[in-house]
Amino acid sequence: MSDVGTVRAARDAFRARAQSATELCREALARIEAVNPRLNVFNTVVADHALARAQALDAEFDRWRDAPLAGVPVALKDNICTRGIRTTASSRMLEQYVPPYDATVVSRLDSAGAIMVGKTNCDEFAMGSSNESSAFGPARNPWDLDRIPGGTSGGSAAAVAARLVPLALGSDTGGSIRQPAALCGVVGLKPTYGRVSRFGLIAHASSLDQIGPITRTVQDAAIALEVLAGIDRADATSASEPVPQFSAALTGDVRGVRIGVPRALVDQGVDPEVGRALADALDTLKARGATLVDVELPHAKYAIPAYYLVSTAEASSNLARYDGVRYGFRAKNDERRTPSHEPLRAMYTQTRARGFGPEVKRRIMLGTYVLSAGYYDAYYLKAQQVRTLILRDYEEAFQGPEAVDAIAMPTSPTPAFEIGERVADPLQMYLADVFTVSANLAGLPAVSVPCGFTAGKLPIGLQFTGRPFDEASLLRIAEAYERDTAWSNEAPTL
Amino acid sequence: MLAFAMASALTREQVVAIAALANLDLDSLEIDLFTRQLGSILEYAEQVQRIDTTGVPPTASLVAHGAVDRADVLEASLDIADTLQNAPDADRTRLDGGFFKVPRVIG
Repeated sequence: MSDVGTVRAARDAFRARAQSATELCREALARIEAVNPRLNVFNTVVADHALARAQALDAEFDRWRDAPLAGVPVALKDNICTRGIRTTASSRMLEQYVPPYDATVVSRLDSAGAIMVGKTNCDEFAMGSSNESSAFGPARNPWDLDRIPGGTSGGSAAAVAARLVPLALGSDTGGSIRQPAALCGVVGLKPTYGRVSRFGLIAHASSLDQIGPITRTVQDAAIALEVLAGIDRADATSASEPVPQFSAALTGDVRGVRIGVPRALVDQGVDPEVGRALADALDTLKARGATLVDVELPHAKYAIPAYYLVSTAEASSNLARYDGVRYGFRAKNDERRTPSHEPLRAMYTQTRARGFGPEVKRRIMLGTYVLSAGYYDAYYLKAQQVRTLILRDYEEAFQGPEAVDAIAMPTSPTPAFEIGERVADPLQMYLADVFTVSANLAGLPAVSVPCGFTAGKLPIGLQFTGRPFDEASLLRIAEAYERDTAWSNEAPTL
Repeated sequence: MLAFAMASALTREQVVAIAALANLDLDSLEIDLFTRQLGSILEYAEQVQRIDTTGVPPTASLVAHGAVDRADVLEASLDIADTLQNAPDADRTRLDGGFFKVPRVIG
């Protein structure tokens, strides 16, 4: 059975009538059927819906021929709302939830001719770093089925890595697109905050969340971002910045480009194989004409505490809506532990106790605490001030007298770890987000690209962080690097 | 290890109080677990308190252009049937299309 190719290859095949949309769709569905039982990357596959859509594209070939994603099978993280198709956020709370509307990105993919084939597994409500908090069991890493695919968009990254679909959408609150992309050996792009509408994304932390593409190549990410980006009147935080043709920026030319490396941050606590892969990648960029510059991000070491204080505060507020009244799970009377003279309140507290898993409860608890009277200033306000300092560090790096065009770091300090290895220690799990969370706190675009493998054949990711709304430069640097390496051509054996 | 050696930023009573604020009915094992885990996470997070932030404004959001107004024009919204479609309990017949139902509040 053939692997599903890239976005570019699928679109070109459709355009040239080398393959019909129906053939492209059947290929993806056949591969999903063959491989998904081992990977658990899909919560829902919508084969009939996808085939009907593909047939509609074929029936009106002339209308769709030039659409940017015509005939391209796409998977969506299961926290992106799809009208009439179950959207669970990998939670018992929303196990039966069928949204009455589409997220804006879903409408945009539709207009671009994409074929949505299913909804991917993720950490519950996009909270986690390993996909293990999913109520439906973890997705597995295609490179080693005993290891995590990363989180929270683990299903999306694993689906692309396993060649089930050429494009999957993820969401990234603290690294949830980039880290699983790195651990699965694919490309993951978190756009600038506001670049892509969040309308219809099940909210985790609203000042940090951003939707973005996971693909095999940087060019595919650029093509996808052209479709996804743009202002949306349904999301007041979406930006009116013009959307350039990102794929036209991929010239391979990085001569004179200045790439900052935060040595002090990178030198502590990185797996030696990850450190070597980063050093090799920097050499490759230098050989292409880029200039490497040391940068200081003095407050970056505080990004994890700041992130977990800000994001849990926002999450505790966002998840207050799950109370068993308007949608989602409701605990039945006979399931309620304690009889209460306040039946409505008992319904709320027991619905939430049974509907949410441990990681979500832990974060709601932490967020409620840091927002509560007496602790707000010491934790939440303080974290927001540290957020300002982190933002200023990046402004200094990107705008100061020694300005750089991008900052390079590993995406994850280690390759994929084993399923179960860190579940007992949530703090240990949080510390793995050291290189990713600051881009969310500062609202900056960042991309992870494959930069090699460990001796044990686990993928390693390289992350570039860029200026606000300058995804074009970011993608140009990432694609130039990709030209000199063939990492994305390697496929896991399944 | 002695119990008093387990310095914790949080007490069990505080965890119970937070759970009440968060509308979460935690069992006793969860209360013990969260007392320990949230305590160690908070201890770790306390390092932010060592940073001098005098005069530093907080960042709550990164919206590029501030709030955007739109004309106050009536627009279509979800219809009632669609809105009630996911309700755990609803009356879909009365009051011009129906309403959500919750457990009895008044005796």
